[in-house]
Amino acid sequence: MRAYIPDYQIVSPNSLAAALALLQREPDIWKPFAGGTDLMVLLESGNLPHRNYIDIWNLAELRGVNINDSHVTLGALTTYTEVQSYDVLGQEFPMLLQAASETGGLAIQNRGTLGGNIVNASPAADSPPALLAYDAELELTCATGARWVPYYTFHTGYKQMDLRANKLQTRIRLPRHSQANLHYYHKVGTRKAQAISKVCFAATARLSGDRLDEVRLAFGSVAPIPLRCVKTEARLRGHQLDQSLIEEAIAELRTEITPIDDIRSTQNYRLRVAQNLLIDFLTSTA
Amino acid sequence: MPNTREIQLQVNGDVRRVTVFPMARLLDVLREDLKLTGTKEGCGEGECGACTVLIDGQIVNSCLIPIAQVNGAEITTIEGIAREQDLHAVQQAFIDHGGAQCGICTPGMVIAAVNLLERKPNPTEADIRNGLAGNLCRCTGYMKIFESVVQACKK
Amino acid sequence: MSAHPLGKAIPRKEGRKKVTGQALYVDDLTFPGMLHGVTVRSPVARGHIKQISFANSIPWDEFTIITAKDIPGYNYVALILNDQPYLADRVVNHPEEPVVLLAHHDKYLVEEARRQVKIEIEQLPAVFSLEESLDQKQIIWGEDNVFKKFLVDKGNVDTAWARADIIVEGEYETGAQEQLYIENNGAIAVANEKDGVTVWGSMQCPYYIHKALVKLFNFPADKIRVIQTETGGGFGGKEEYPSMIAGHAALLAWKSGKPVKMIYDRAEDMVATTKRHPSRTRHKTAIDKEGKLLAQEIDFVIDGGAYCTLSPVVLSRGTIHAAGPYYCPNVRISSRAVATNLPPQGAFRGFGAPQSIFALERHMDKVAQEAGLSPEEFRRRNFIHEGETTATSQIIHERVDMDQLLTRALDLSDYHVKRQRFAAENANSVSRIKKGIGFASFMHGAGFTGSGEVYLQSVVGAEATAEGRVKILAASTEIGQGTNTIFSQIASEALGVDYNLIEVVQPDTANVPNSGPTVASRTSMVVGKLVESAVLGLKQTLIGSGSLPQNYSSADFQRACSEHIAKFGPLKSSSTYQPPPNVFWDDDKYQGDAYGAFAWAVYVAEVSFDELTYEAHINDFVALQEVGRVINPTLASGQIEGGVAQAIGFTLFENVVWQNGRMVNNQMTNYIIPTPADIPPIRVYFEENPYAYGPGGAKGIGELPMDGAAPAILNAIEQATGVSFTRVPLMPEMLLEGFAK
Repeated sequence: MRAYIPDYQIVSPNSLAAALALLQREPDIWKPFAGGTDLMVLLESGNLPHRNYIDIWNLAELRGVNINDSHVTLGALTTYTEVQSYDVLGQEFPMLLQAASETGGLAIQNRGTLGGNIVNASPAADSPPALLAYDAELELTCATGARWVPYYTFHTGYKQMDLRANKLQTRIRLPRHSQANLHYYHKVGTRKAQAISKVCFAATARLSGDRLDEVRLAFGSVAPIPLRCVKTEARLRGHQLDQSLIEEAIAELRTEITPIDDIRSTQNYRLRVAQNLLIDFLTSTA
Repeated sequence: MPNTREIQLQVNGDVRRVTVFPMARLLDVLREDLKLTGTKEGCGEGECGACTVLIDGQIVNSCLIPIAQVNGAEITTIEGIAREQDLHAVQQAFIDHGGAQCGICTPGMVIAAVNLLERKPNPTEADIRNGLAGNLCRCTGYMKIFESVVQACKK
Repeated sequence: MSAHPLGKAIPRKEGRKKVTGQALYVDDLTFPGMLHGVTVRSPVARGHIKQISFANSIPWDEFTIITAKDIPGYNYVALILNDQPYLADRVVNHPEEPVVLLAHHDKYLVEEARRQVKIEIEQLPAVFSLEESLDQKQIIWGEDNVFKKFLVDKGNVDTAWARADIIVEGEYETGAQEQLYIENNGAIAVANEKDGVTVWGSMQCPYYIHKALVKLFNFPADKIRVIQTETGGGFGGKEEYPSMIAGHAALLAWKSGKPVKMIYDRAEDMVATTKRHPSRTRHKTAIDKEGKLLAQEIDFVIDGGAYCTLSPVVLSRGTIHAAGPYYCPNVRISSRAVATNLPPQGAFRGFGAPQSIFALERHMDKVAQEAGLSPEEFRRRNFIHEGETTATSQIIHERVDMDQLLTRALDLSDYHVKRQRFAAENANSVSRIKKGIGFASFMHGAGFTGSGEVYLQSVVGAEATAEGRVKILAASTEIGQGTNTIFSQIASEALGVDYNLIEVVQPDTANVPNSGPTVASRTSMVVGKLVESAVLGLKQTLIGSGSLPQNYSSADFQRACSEHIAKFGPLKSSSTYQPPPNVFWDDDKYQGDAYGAFAWAVYVAEVSFDELTYEAHINDFVALQEVGRVINPTLASGQIEGGVAQAIGFTLFENVVWQNGRMVNNQMTNYIIPTPADIPPIRVYFEENPYAYGPGGAKGIGELPMDGAAPAILNAIEQATGVSFTRVPLMPEMLLEGFAK
């Protein structure tokens, strides 16, 4: 345990309003601390330079699920265990359930949160590809108000995001009644559980006859951010799904993703497996 | 002025008060301040599960919890699993069926198994593998841990 | 409790402590006034230490600081060649080499202080692979980078090639593997000039540490005391390494006058301590047209890292096991252990044999193929039989029937049906899952090689109390394998008394004799036999003094102890190792009876290969072994299951990523061992052919399970993919490279 613990401060405001007020007053001093499953790992390896945290774990306003006609809305502190417990997600957003069940092991799932996962901004995170494929939106809130942004625009570069220092990511909403009739999620990790992904793929589409509409393709671990492959989607959208279309889509994919060699895997492996997963998705629709 | 504060928590049914740094790991507070050394450190990264405890009935890696976040919480450690002289069925099964070898992963493994059986009294093999997936063992190859859990269910 | 516990599934003696969290491991202990110690290590692989500087931000006057010049005795870790310093003095030879030790009562501050010590090194060119070392463009150790070499030369290999109908060559490699005991290395020391040094710690070999501390402090033997605490796994990683951490804690304790606790965190343990030796094996094999072996020429090289440590002995075992359970009239094995600027490699279960057996059993499948024979038929034509000689010309004096073992293993795994079915399905099906089944046949020699056990002169003591309890005094440690239970079963059986009367004393060099290290699969087979004879000595004394009749009950025994002790004083016995008769080993020619006994085995692996992701998964694993006698079925099968799981890790999951001699994936997040979700059903079966000199007939089995999985799995993957892979670990990335060419 390498961190100099006496230097760290964590305060526990008893409401979201109090937390936001503190962030408004001292935006560069405080950062939010949720389940801790990412931050504590950095702390223990001596790699957490920021010292002052606002404990948001117990803020009830950031939990729970709300269902209305148009959206399912989750509090940012929804844990992976909670995700797996909501029937509506199992019915309408099964990839999110699958991603949650493949994140870490149960002890991690009991503490890790969707919001924490999103703002930790690892390109290898398991839920973001599913959120991207489901057109998720994020609520960003500060003391003076809140706005919703499409998740797809949130990550701007490696560990960079559209989130000012005085804001918290407070809710995530998923539009219902998508026309998609196909879901495909596949995480390739270093082992079957407790694994960081080497490639992660989430896709939805509507197949009308042999035409693919409403295509959403998202990948993890093949770019600096969780990536929506809009160019590859455009190549597929509205066209007849046949062998030559698949080949075109693969060619487009190869230019759109930018996998690298790293401590877990190789550029070549990621590139090849990403293509295989896309082909598998497209051919499994037939 | 040291940055410590008083934290109150319920551990194995007893109310305990400690004065600690807010970012101190729950694992260290249990082991050093409360002298409950049954919970172990294997990795300090939330990978091995040797530090598993129950908070409000859910398993967590205590190496990943800052103490400030569990003010007022109910914690169960391995020391709280047996009832006086009576071992929990899981503990007895681990003894009877070879679920422990070197024993360092055993406290975390027992906690995870106890929790599994509370959630699923008749787990399938897949449930067992899944429920224990966050607890690594280097000695047993897991076979006798699975067997111990299966036998514990029968009690 | 039965008075005939041998062969029964007696529950682990210290089981209750372990399942309740009451077992005390070294980090569970605290001493009043205790300081925390840390090690400051070299940031680079090789060079001259120019300067050590201490930043102003730390109150250094509160710290205990140790460098090489503070060492009171000799600055080397006494082992084989004594070339490894406790603290680097003027040069460093590997990344993470220890240079400075710090201690302070505040465990957080001591970590901060560690960051504030800067070691400036003028770098020298370094060697990072065994190939580079063999090239000898850079000499980094001795005259030629070679720690040790062996030559086994049986018959006349050179004349055999001309007679051969077929010659097959192959090259095979294995990577490093981290032991990854779940309890990191740790030690607590108390030391002063007057009383000497006492160390508590996680360890396999108290007397190895004792020997090392005697030299470090230049103290007489009775001023060094080493005590084993409950140990959370060893696997060889705590065979010799603990001498280093114990010495470091002791130096800090000696200078500060306070108890010092030193516990590594996972990152430090992985980056700085020993691993399995990487290897390269080259095979050249001559067979006749019937597929009978005419000659085997084997070149075996292992990477020992920067210092010698145990490399000569690892090399020895790997060399002797390199030609396997086959009869071949002409065998030459030349082997070398070479130096690189990696942290020194060390003991890991199997100790050279998993490396050379991997190469052999992969190669045997290749030779079979070239001979036009099935892997099975080729083995059958070459298995060694009673009366035939091994590669070291050891005559096999026991009834060995590898043929029958193979038949049974293939039967248990449904090998023939599956081999055929998979071949057909792989060819015809459009499924992206391809399957394969493969096996490995092997043997493993238990105990120290050749004259090693004689050299060790192991001693076990036994003492009876006035209540009739029997204490076993041995330096053999419980590290999860079941020492306490096995010794108790053996003693109870030998004496015919209640199992619960037997107590195994905590290994403490002040109280127990040196029964040798807890390694080499010797604890049950060699030391267990000494336990048996030591307790029989108690019985003889009691019968001799008239306190005990020839036939007695457990209660009679207790009464006799009480009576005898009242009359005559303490009742003690001791037993010293005697080699079995007719065992001859020539250390110069590396020839003769290498081991008292071999255990024999056939392992079968069924795999599926996913063409989508290039992942290989194991669906079923059969481990069948002949082990002399099973003393405790639960403990014995536990050893096999655990060893197979580690071997599966060695084969498909555990990849050490090196950069400039340093392990960069030194976290459990990135060094992958199998979880409960990954491990296949491991089905374990035993056969028994009692070994006369093992207790109850037992042979050693601790390391055997490490040998067979890697080649069996790769043999299966060859069927599944059609590609021959020759290196482990075999990661999906490498499967992709081979498969999708």
